[in-house]
Order: sequence, then C-alpha cells, then structure tokens
Amino acid sequence: MSTGEATQRADVVGTPVGARQRGTLARLVRSELWLIYGRRRNWVGAVVLASVPIIIAISVKVTGSQDADSFVFGRITENGLFVALAALTVELPFFLPIAVAMISGDAVAGEANLGTLRYLLVTPVDRTRLLVVKLVGIGVFTASAVLLVAGVGALAGLALFGGGPLVTLSGSELPFVAGLGRLALVCGYLIVCLLALGGIGLLASTLTEQPIAATVAVLGITLVSQILDALPALSAIHLYLPTHHWMAFGDLLRDPVDVGGLGPGIASAAAWGAVTTSLAWARFTSADVSS
Amino acid sequence: MAAARGDTRELAISSHGLTKRFRTGQVAVDHVDLAVPQGAVYGFLGPNGSGKTTTIRLLLGLLRPTAGSHALLGTPMPLGYGAVLPRVGALVEGPAFHPYLSGTDNLRRLDAGDRTVDGRTAPRRIAAALDRVGLGAAAGKTYRHYSLGMRQRLGIAGALLRPRDLMVLDEPTNGLDPQGTREVRGLLVELAEAGTTVVLSTHLLSEVEQVCTHVGVMHRGRLVAQDELPALRARTAPRLVVRTTDQVGAALVLTRLGLLAVASDGEEVSAGLELVEPEAVVRALVHADVPVRGVELRAVGLEELFVHLTGAGFDVNG
Repeated sequence: MSTGEATQRADVVGTPVGARQRGTLARLVRSELWLIYGRRRNWVGAVVLASVPIIIAISVKVTGSQDADSFVFGRITENGLFVALAALTVELPFFLPIAVAMISGDAVAGEANLGTLRYLLVTPVDRTRLLVVKLVGIGVFTASAVLLVAGVGALAGLALFGGGPLVTLSGSELPFVAGLGRLALVCGYLIVCLLALGGIGLLASTLTEQPIAATVAVLGITLVSQILDALPALSAIHLYLPTHHWMAFGDLLRDPVDVGGLGPGIASAAAWGAVTTSLAWARFTSADVSS
Repeated sequence: MAAARGDTRELAISSHGLTKRFRTGQVAVDHVDLAVPQGAVYGFLGPNGSGKTTTIRLLLGLLRPTAGSHALLGTPMPLGYGAVLPRVGALVEGPAFHPYLSGTDNLRRLDAGDRTVDGRTAPRRIAAALDRVGLGAAAGKTYRHYSLGMRQRLGIAGALLRPRDLMVLDEPTNGLDPQGTREVRGLLVELAEAGTTVVLSTHLLSEVEQVCTHVGVMHRGRLVAQDELPALRARTAPRLVVRTTDQVGAALVLTRLGLLAVASDGEEVSAGLELVEPEAVVRALVHADVPVRGVELRAVGLEELFVHLTGAGFDVNG
C-alpha cells in the first residue's frame, strides 16, 4: 500500500486504520439509550406506569374517600407527595418489575433474536464492553421508571392536594422540603432493589435467544419470590429472597430514618446484582453465538 | 502494517486444523486448513449444510473452535480480534437489523460499536455506504418495510462503513434481482481492484466463475479442494465433443475406446477424456467411417467439477 493511499484512507476514517478513538464507550452507551428510548413499546410501558399515580390522585380527589387503614393512602389529602408514595407502593409488586423485566430480558436475547448480536460482535464490540453497556441501559431505564412514577405522582398530588409538612411513620412532622428529600431517598432505595432484578434479567437474557422467555422468567422469579415471602413456614429463607426487602422503604419514612431495615435490603440487592452479573459475564464471554 | 500488506505472500486468512464439534456431537467443521491469499477473490463453495457458515462464524470469533487455530490478516484469532476485526467487513448468514429503525439509524447503531472510527464522520460514511449499495433513496425508510433485496443491500452497506482489508460475504446476492446481483458483483470486483481480499461464500457457481480467482470447496465439514480456479479446473479431464451426423456410430466408437460418461445431444456426442489421447479418438472415428464434422476439447464446467468433488451435488447433508 502506497503512502498516498494510506493518507487517503486515513482521511476517510478520520484517523489511521486501527487506531482507537476517544469517547467510544460513551458513544455506544448513547446508542443503547437511544435504542431503548426510541422504542415505542417502552413508551407505552411508560404511559402505563405514569397512569397509576394519576388514577390514584383523581380517584381520591373525586370520591374524597381515604383508606384509613393505610398509612400512605390515608394521608394523600393532607400532602400531595403521598400520591407518589402510594403509586410506588402499588406498582412495586408487579408493574415496576414488568418494566425492568422487559428491558433486562431484552438486553442480550433481543439482539440475539434479531441477529444483530453477531454484527455487534464482529464490529467488533468486546463482549464485556457490550454487557457493561447493556447494564448501563438497564440501570438508566430502571431509574427513569421509578422516577417517572414518583415524579408524576408528586406533580399530580401537589396539583390536586397541595404540599405541606410530611407526617412520618413515627408520628412526627417533617417540613415539605425534607419530605421531598425522603421521597428521593425512597426512589433511590427502590432503584437499588430493582437493579438486582435487572441483574437477574441480564443473566436470563444471556441464557436464551428468546427475549420474551427471559422476561417471563424474571417475572416468574419476582412472583414466586413474593409468594414464598408470604408463607410463614418458609421464614428461614425469606432473607434470601430477592423481593423480601423491597417494602422496607417504609423505614425511610420514620423519624429518624431506621437504617437497620435498609442495610440488609441494600446488601441483598448488591449480592443478587453481583452474583447474577458475574454469572451473566461468565456465560456470555464464553458462549458460542450461533444466532 | 504497510510493510505486511506489501508482502503478497501473506495470507489474508489462514487456518490449521480448524474444527468445530457441537454439543450434539455433530462435527460441523472438520480439520479445515484454509489459505486465502491477500488480494484474492476466494469463492467458498459447498452444498447447504456443508459447514460454510459455521466456518465463517469460527473465523470471525463468534464460535469457539473445538480444535485448531486461525489468523486473519496475519493476526492470530481470537486473541487479536480487537485489532483486526475493524479491518474486516462481514455479512454472516444474511442481514440482521432492528426492524423499527431506518436504514441510516441501523448503520449508525452499528458504527457506534466501532472503537476505531471517528463518530463525527459517521453521517458522511453512512451516507456514502448507502449510496454505494443503491439505498440512498430508501435511507430514511424503516427496515421493516425493506424488501429482501434492500435488506441484503443494507447488510453489505454495513460492511462498507469504513475501508476494509478483508470482506467476508456469506451469500451476498441472496434475494437480489438480476440487476441487483449484477450491481453487487460489480461492487465485489471494485473492492478487489482496490486491493481488498474478498471471501465469497455462495452456492451460485456462475458467480464464482465470473469473479473468483481462488476456490475452496466444503463438503460435510471438510475442505475437499482449495486452489486457484484455473488450477482446480485443470484437475478434471476436459470433455471431447464430436459433431457428427452419425451420433449412434460415434457413441459406439467412444464407448469402445473406454471413454466415460458418453452422452449425445443433437448433433453432438461427448465424453470425458481421461485416459485416451484426442488424436487416437479421431483416428478411431475415421477408421470406423463415422462422418466427423468437427472435434472440440471443452473444459469442464464448474458445476460438473463441483458435483465431482462433493459427489452429492446440492443435497443437504443433515
């Protein structure tokens, strides 16, 4: 190859062939997020997630009835922020896991199913790098799903019922801004919990070429975990169930915050996340890609 | 790198004992020793199920070989994949894209994975690749609405997002109309003239005859032949074709001389010329009073050669 040709070639690509560019991981992450957020299916899911707090707020406003037995539902008319907490409570067992299961189950299996996985790998996208990018996508989507529910809930609640001091589970009252801070902490805790589910989904996604199968598997695990968690006879294993600590977010509504209940939840999520992503990595980096 | 490229003896693809046994026990690729010289247009032939695609997947690092080793552009695989695969454009088992994205967006996605290109030049390179395969007008259409031929073209465009030193194309003209087939063939010649090594996996023998300089033939997982096209042709005996008004008499003489596969077609009688000299045949024909209008030695067509090598022709080997 002549020097002239080499220069021309370099001009076409921007730099000499083979030289590594800067900011390429960011570029691939942007591409991944653009793929997730550009998909109509995901927007439909977002509309479903966002509709729950709106329905809660409107129904309470219209009927004026409150569930006196429920701490969260009982305080909606006093402080609009409780709409956000109510919506999170309602969506945590099923709707939010569906959102996480759809994205994480689709992560690798979706690309395998379309056949785009083989083209990414021969581009080449390093397999570890691809998993990292997929994890970032799952994480960002999970966070946005939780924040969407909380955000729409807070806005709808404040619009219909106004703000005010936040009554804690301990009976004390927190000023509005501190209440907003507590809501943010609840979101953060739930994001961490749901990320562990995302890890399970990523692992399932590397084990099949059918994204639906991976999604169904994650949902199955979520439901079975909740059922087992409800059986007193199995209390010995409750601590190790991935969903066991989710409702501990209520400890963030005590005054002061009960860290004792949150620590195990975060530790459990971290353990589930670490184990599943390690297994996903071990599986994916050694797998034959014949899709 | 420049020095390595100047060395014409270097192989673009080399493999030694490349073997893939699937968990089912099926040996899809069995001790394949590929040698694709740089600058060659290598026709990779074989019946369906003969192991062509599995070999390509092994070469590109999608599958792990059970045994054997290989190198692309002088770089050992799979160790050097990060450095060498950007120089390799590939179409593996048909195109695959996100159905709800446009042609341009699909290529942008693919380009985002390449660590060796500048993202700022992506729009220009994508537009150029689409124009090169004739998809410029359909760039904004969603992939879902592409015809089979357009999908194939987009797949080729994906391999053309940047200059490549090696192109591995698995059945690139699949689903294309005659016009599209001609265009792709022209593109291959263009690439080869620019110095790109092209590996063309196909079952269309006419395609191989028109563009390939080298041929490798797969059969039941084994590479049963590999050579320059003319050399491979020379391996099988040509056919002797006799034009005569007395086909029956001519056929009788040819059979008596021990020629194989005697066949008559209209005015012509032909036979494989394996052991007998053509002069002897003509002498015998004249001696037997067979009126000879013309005698011709015809090289064996690639199809006959192919059938000869793989025996089974185009049967699927489970």
